[in-house]
Amino acid sequence: MTLDPASWLYPTPAGLYCEPGGFYIDPARPVDRAVITHGHADHARPGNAHVLATPETQSIMQVRYGDRAGGQLQAIEPGQIVSINGVDVSVAPAGHILGAAQVILDWKGYRAVVSGDYKRAADPTCAAFEVVKCDLFVTEATFGLPVFRHEDASGEARRLTGSLAASSRTHLLGVYGLGKCQRMISLVRAAGYERPIYLHGALQGLCDYYVSQGVNLGDLRPVAASGGDNLSGELVMCPPSAIADRWSRRLGDPVTAFASGWMRVRARARQRGTELPLVVSDHADWPELIQTIRDVEAGEIWVTHGREDALLHQISQMGLKGRALALVGFEDEGE
Amino acid sequence: MQAFAELMYRLAFTSSRNAKLDLMAAYFTGAPDPDRGIALAAMTDGLNLRLPFRRLVAEMLEPHVDPVLFKLSRDYVGDTAETVSLLWPDRETDLPVPSLAEIHARLENLKPAEAGPQLAAWLDALDANGRWALLKLVTGALRVGVSARLAKTALAQGFGKDVADIEEIWHGLELPYTDLFGWLEGTAGRPDPGEVPVFRSVMLAHPLEDGELAGITPDEWVAEWKWDGIRVQLAGNSVELRLYSRTGDDISPAFPDIIDAFTGFHGVADGELLVMRGGEVAPFNDLQQRLNRKTVTASMLKKHPAHIRFYDLLFDRADDIRELPFPARRQRLEAFVDELRTPVASLSELFEFAGPDDLAVLRERARDANIEGLMLKRVTSPYLVGRPRGHWFKWKRAALTADCVMMYAQRGSGKRSSYYSDYTFGAWRTADDGRDELVPVGKAYSGFTDEELKRLDKFVRQNTTERFGPVRAVSPSLVLEVAFDAIQPSPRHKSGIAMRFPRIHRIRWDKPAAEADRLETLEALAAT
Repeated sequence: MTLDPASWLYPTPAGLYCEPGGFYIDPARPVDRAVITHGHADHARPGNAHVLATPETQSIMQVRYGDRAGGQLQAIEPGQIVSINGVDVSVAPAGHILGAAQVILDWKGYRAVVSGDYKRAADPTCAAFEVVKCDLFVTEATFGLPVFRHEDASGEARRLTGSLAASSRTHLLGVYGLGKCQRMISLVRAAGYERPIYLHGALQGLCDYYVSQGVNLGDLRPVAASGGDNLSGELVMCPPSAIADRWSRRLGDPVTAFASGWMRVRARARQRGTELPLVVSDHADWPELIQTIRDVEAGEIWVTHGREDALLHQISQMGLKGRALALVGFEDEGE
Repeated sequence: MQAFAELMYRLAFTSSRNAKLDLMAAYFTGAPDPDRGIALAAMTDGLNLRLPFRRLVAEMLEPHVDPVLFKLSRDYVGDTAETVSLLWPDRETDLPVPSLAEIHARLENLKPAEAGPQLAAWLDALDANGRWALLKLVTGALRVGVSARLAKTALAQGFGKDVADIEEIWHGLELPYTDLFGWLEGTAGRPDPGEVPVFRSVMLAHPLEDGELAGITPDEWVAEWKWDGIRVQLAGNSVELRLYSRTGDDISPAFPDIIDAFTGFHGVADGELLVMRGGEVAPFNDLQQRLNRKTVTASMLKKHPAHIRFYDLLFDRADDIRELPFPARRQRLEAFVDELRTPVASLSELFEFAGPDDLAVLRERARDANIEGLMLKRVTSPYLVGRPRGHWFKWKRAALTADCVMMYAQRGSGKRSSYYSDYTFGAWRTADDGRDELVPVGKAYSGFTDEELKRLDKFVRQNTTERFGPVRAVSPSLVLEVAFDAIQPSPRHKSGIAMRFPRIHRIRWDKPAAEADRLETLEALAAT
């Protein structure tokens, strides 16, 4: 009889807790000991006394939180094992953003893998997802409906550069500051776009960090320095909230674009009020979720945040044991 | 098909009229024949497919997708055709993408039993956007916010022609419009409309501005009512007869009573379509019952009998009399209506007036008589295309106003996408529990200056109580004085009324919300 994983790994109000190890994975509130999968704000929160994460995730937390990134920061890289109270913790790339890791827990011969957020599609700005065979796989399900099949990201980038070439209007692309921003820049660069790209101030810090880690983003300039009035025909990037914010008024009448997996569904894209929706996501789409569940060969699948009802139905159709973890604090919309 | 699908995709997310025109013009000038002609038909008069694809689309995924997953997906997406387009297995890259022309040709002679397999074969060869466009095409509803008029305007823009020249030949054209595109590109002559009565672009009026009234003197101007119906054009060549809307849409099928009454008419006449009962013009709402229908029932014909009140004559038989001054055209019009002797037609009467004061008095009478206002026409003017300056004025009846309370604000689009610029406002009524509540009575997004918009936007941001996507609910604290043309009963609205042409007249920063108007006050204004 194998060990019931729920006896030593379970959700609590503070987050997913590993009891024998005495640590939380991506806790929603400050705890003594935290293992962080990646730097997005709903996974990496400030104020934990002890943080175990990849060096990149730690740096991202420091860029964002400064001194509040955590009391004691301990780095772990793929290939290393950190033993915490008898639980062996290791990491493998999740392919989500720079530094994103799956957390692997080995205890008493049982292996659990907590995916964090992940994707399987190619992304030049981070290491590719690595399949880790396990007994329990804890997966995200942001796009846990079969209608979500992301388009080929380079094709979507060409739609943006094509629209830029055909229009003299400023193109204002709304992107999340960590991951999506740098990936979109890389994608339009790969599509042959060599003009300067103008950034909202909130995007600058993390782009600088990516560049320092060897990700080539080309000529980036702050919008503020340009005055904003003479950016006709140029590509401007900003956080999604800034599109509707008074900040964007300096750009006159821009084509508003938005890059997200949600853009696959028209009603969602219309709700955003975007003129040029681009289906580019840093999360696994439905086929990738299913493929990953097959690849890891786990007998038990737990589903964290997202649309778990459809994915659980699919898991039971595949003859596997599935369970919804009602974890608080993760943003379904945060993409 | 791919270019068409991309056009549909971009149009669906483009709200600015100019941006839509640019996208369509680029498509029409770049796409090959006969694809672009089929696209044009889909955007204008429709493709008139005979097969019932709607049900087929809902059923065709059954063998491919688990029913539970289909239902969850359908609930999330909110549209069956879109759900099918997203769930259909990914395209086989070695299959050739069908062209719009191939698809249309095949649809023309498809047997019912072949419809399912053929549709599936096309879906297999298309990507998600292509599948969406195909399914929308075969179910007959593109819903990308393009009117027939806009599509024709894009053609004119793309090929540097006058849209009136396109309208005039439009109804003689047939799918796939190859002769039209030939003429537009300069490789063929202008198509001959043949037997089909031709629509002639109508002459439109400017609103009378402050200070212009003084110049309206009886020696140079004539005055008549601006009837409260829809502007129509009756065009006949003694073989065929058509009733066109002012944008050139053929609305004949919905008005057989008109068509029957004018059998044999040869010429082109301009008038107002009304519903007439016992010699009285019925409110606009009655006419609305008969608009936007493809066919009409016998009881509808009896309850809402249509009537044309004539304003002008453009062609007297084959004679183009548009160059003649108004009195000469009017003389011919009177002769034509005299001869008709049908209760379905009448002449719009001209008024004697001594000067501006008389006109003001007449205008005051308009509202009581269910009339939209006055038309003032320069005696010497020919019948001109479009909205030329200085020839015709419309002087609408004075607007009604009501003090309403802002309830919701929505972000605008394009230049206004960072402004909350569309306002839903309400009036007070007594709720079931005896307390006062606001009920929405209308929505307006115009009537204020840019400076006022900035202040309104600030108010919305500072008084938000809830957010729903691009919409914010605001605390009921700002009174908007709304000007509108009329109130109509409307069972579709929670308040039971609908406002016609509402706009923000004044912003009453000073007025307490509790002192805004009550729903009963607005109901009392409803046209009966």
